[in-house]
Amino acid sequence: MNMDWYLVLSALLFATGAVGVLIRRSPVVILLCLELMLNAGNLALITFSRMLGDQQGQIFAIVVMVVAACEVVVGLGLIVAMYRRRIPLNVDDLRQLRG
Amino acid sequence: MSATTYAWLVLALPLAGSLTIAFGYRLWPGRAAGWIGTAAIGLAFLASIGALTQLLGEPSEHRQLTSSLWDYASAAGVNVKLGILVDPLSVFMILVVTGVSTLIHLYSVSYVESDRGYARFFSYLNFFVFSMLLLLLAGNFVLLIVGWAFVGFASYALISFWYRRETATKAGMKAFVINVVGDVGLVLAAFFVFRELHAFDYLTVFQGAAGHFHTNQGVVVAICLLLLVGAFAKSAQLPLHTWLPDAMEGPTPVSALIHAATMVTAGVYLIARMHPLFELAPTAADIAAFIGLATVIVAASIALVVTDLKRIIAYSTMSQIGYMVVGVSIGAYTAGMFHLMTHAFFKALLFMAAGSVIAAMASRQDIDRMGGFRRSLPYTSLLLIVGALALSGFPGTSGFFSKDEILVFAAERGGFYWIFAIAGYAAAAMTAFYSFRIVFRVCYGEPCPEAEALREGHMAHAEPENPVTGEPEDTDVGFPGPEHHVAEQARSMAIAMGCLGLAALVGGFVQIPGVSDAIGHFLEGTFANSKLATGNPPTGDAYLGLLAGAVVSVLGIGLAYLLYVVRPGLAPALRTRLSGVHRFLVNRWYFDELIDAVVVRPTLWLGRFFDDVIERRVVQGLVEGTVGVVRGTSTAVRFAQSGFVRAYALLLITGFAGLGLYFLIVSS
Amino acid sequence: MEAVAFFIGALGAMGGAVAVIALRNPFYSVLALIVHLFSLAGLFLLLHAEFVAAAQIVVYAGAVMVLYVFVAAYVGNIEEPMWEPIAGQRLLAPLMASALFVELTIAITGSSLKALGTNGPTIPFGFGQPASIGRFFLERFLIVFEAASILLLVAAVGAVVLAGRRRTTAVPSGEPT
Repeated sequence: MNMDWYLVLSALLFATGAVGVLIRRSPVVILLCLELMLNAGNLALITFSRMLGDQQGQIFAIVVMVVAACEVVVGLGLIVAMYRRRIPLNVDDLRQLRG
Repeated sequence: MSATTYAWLVLALPLAGSLTIAFGYRLWPGRAAGWIGTAAIGLAFLASIGALTQLLGEPSEHRQLTSSLWDYASAAGVNVKLGILVDPLSVFMILVVTGVSTLIHLYSVSYVESDRGYARFFSYLNFFVFSMLLLLLAGNFVLLIVGWAFVGFASYALISFWYRRETATKAGMKAFVINVVGDVGLVLAAFFVFRELHAFDYLTVFQGAAGHFHTNQGVVVAICLLLLVGAFAKSAQLPLHTWLPDAMEGPTPVSALIHAATMVTAGVYLIARMHPLFELAPTAADIAAFIGLATVIVAASIALVVTDLKRIIAYSTMSQIGYMVVGVSIGAYTAGMFHLMTHAFFKALLFMAAGSVIAAMASRQDIDRMGGFRRSLPYTSLLLIVGALALSGFPGTSGFFSKDEILVFAAERGGFYWIFAIAGYAAAAMTAFYSFRIVFRVCYGEPCPEAEALREGHMAHAEPENPVTGEPEDTDVGFPGPEHHVAEQARSMAIAMGCLGLAALVGGFVQIPGVSDAIGHFLEGTFANSKLATGNPPTGDAYLGLLAGAVVSVLGIGLAYLLYVVRPGLAPALRTRLSGVHRFLVNRWYFDELIDAVVVRPTLWLGRFFDDVIERRVVQGLVEGTVGVVRGTSTAVRFAQSGFVRAYALLLITGFAGLGLYFLIVSS
Repeated sequence: MEAVAFFIGALGAMGGAVAVIALRNPFYSVLALIVHLFSLAGLFLLLHAEFVAAAQIVVYAGAVMVLYVFVAAYVGNIEEPMWEPIAGQRLLAPLMASALFVELTIAITGSSLKALGTNGPTIPFGFGQPASIGRFFLERFLIVFEAASILLLVAAVGAVVLAGRRRTTAVPSGEPT
């Protein structure tokens, strides 16, 4: 199987994740789309590892997974905290950085 | 002490006087400021005499001495020193100026006594004398221009002395603006001189001029014409003369000093000083002579009909300066300077006497309201008559010898210069007429109410008001003081007038044709290299001229006697018969209206045009346009700062895509 | 055979991804992501990354997604408004993302990496096995391993702090003790 295909798939998944981040308003879903992008990166890493015969890519992918997990934990903690404080769960309402 | 040291003293003393009075103006009690000012000028006069004696000690060829204090401006090929030129012409002038100024200061000590601005008056007056002396003693064009400008300022300050009077301030501004026109001419002339001869100091310029220019070369004619612009503005010749009558708004001593004896003679001095250049440009000299002649006639004609006492004397000044301008333009330098000296004496005297009369009239200046002061102001009347006699050129007086010397020289020069002689004598008749018009109106005839009051021992009193417009005033600072001083009561005034009267009578004896030639000999030091000043006319012709002058003056006096004493009804009858001419003359040949239409209106229009079109539309438009553009840009850019996280994320992705595109292109 | 497996996996991954971004109910999105993760695990198996595939299923789909399920259930259904407040977002986002995808594809297919277009080198036995992964972690990448552990610890503590109930801190009355 051509390695190209995996890489193109990875790019496609990444783009899809990006669209999701930009389009959706709920923080939960945005985090999910971020997961998509991270996984696309993982796929690319594994593919390269296979391509070059080097296992370091897989190590990298595992560490990426660890980081993703941490990020999810913190992100969801934030969402729960927001929900508790009755802050509307809509990123469009968080506009204090407006110039 | 050498002549130049005396000359520096002459400059320093009035300046010191002015500063002393100015800085301590609160300290001086009573008339102290006046005495300080008078003393300063008096000492300057003594220093001038010192300079004269030192100069006479030198042989005639070595009488052009220079001295400089320090470098004034030394850069880029320009080397100007703060230098003075002490030579017969300048010493002559400073003697006249300091001498007459001392007497006028003496007069003013009493005359402006009750004015709240007493110290300011003397400070300005001293400053004026300093400026005039600077102008006269300057040894280079730059210092000349400095002195010229200072004199203009001093004149403005003194004309507008009663600054709360609107007519006075307007007159001051008018004088200053016209003087500035002259300044421009002078500066341009100096520029051209420098461009051609690369020097500013007189001796270098005059020595270089003869070799550098040939006769009537365009540049030298242009230089002389520009010098004439300056001279005519300062000396109130046509067409830059309209400021002089209005300048009578100043106090009478100011009129005596500035507008009779000193400042207005600066133009004459300028032409005399620049004679090497003028002799290289006969065209310009002839133009000057004709304008001088025109001024003589126009001014004399106006003086025949105006009724304000000071303005008659002002027009008389204008006319006599015209004589001087004619004199120095055609090469009669000695005669011109002589007339300058005698004119200073009798004109200052006339103004002083007029001041006394006006004081008696409680500041009214209309001669139609005056009359019969012979009994109530005997001393003033006597001196008024003396001055008028000198002005008319009555045989024996100083004016007699000086005026005719110019006209004889003109006749001797041949060619078309006869015109000057003929017209000059005709104007002399007019001069005699209007001088004695004043005398007969003021001194003779039915005593007016003010004269009656004076006979009874008290001065007439009137509500203070503007003598021209009649508006009511008060006597606080900025307006004339409440008291009026006449010569019969104020001793300093009497002494000053007496000295001038004496000078006006005997001053002519220094230049009797065939007998004495003191001034001519003295001025040889300056005019030695002149091609036109070829010595005195033959004595016989001179005496013929004197005879003609005597006839003409007696004729004029007689006519005035006829019209104002013998047949008083004749004057009003003539006025109605020649009402058109009368109106033309009373409106001063409509010169003010002409200048208004030709110069003032277009300038105002231009200013308005620039304001409306260029200032409001172009400049404002540019500035506001730039502001608008900036504001618009920032409004547009501000859209990017929406606060939406997703919008920022979109920008991020867009940037990322752009970067990727860039790298793709670069690596392909 | 491998191509078929690849396409099944790819379809699953793509479908899951599209479902994540398209479904309105966040709970459904979570479930879609789980499908996606499983498909990716399958692809990893194809690429001889057995351990990573297992870790993906057990850790990612197992633990992390369960966490997501809990939170999604807790938070509930959020009605996202239909209209888009940011002008042009709906148009530009897919546009920019597809631009990115195109560029990446060009980069991939046009690159001069020798390994592309091939099936990859022959790999030794034990490639992607837990043993070799473990050996890597404990020998070469020990510090990475430890750092990742610390990161996990910090994240856990942070999450507890974030989500903990806020105690009302009583203001002490001003008597000095």
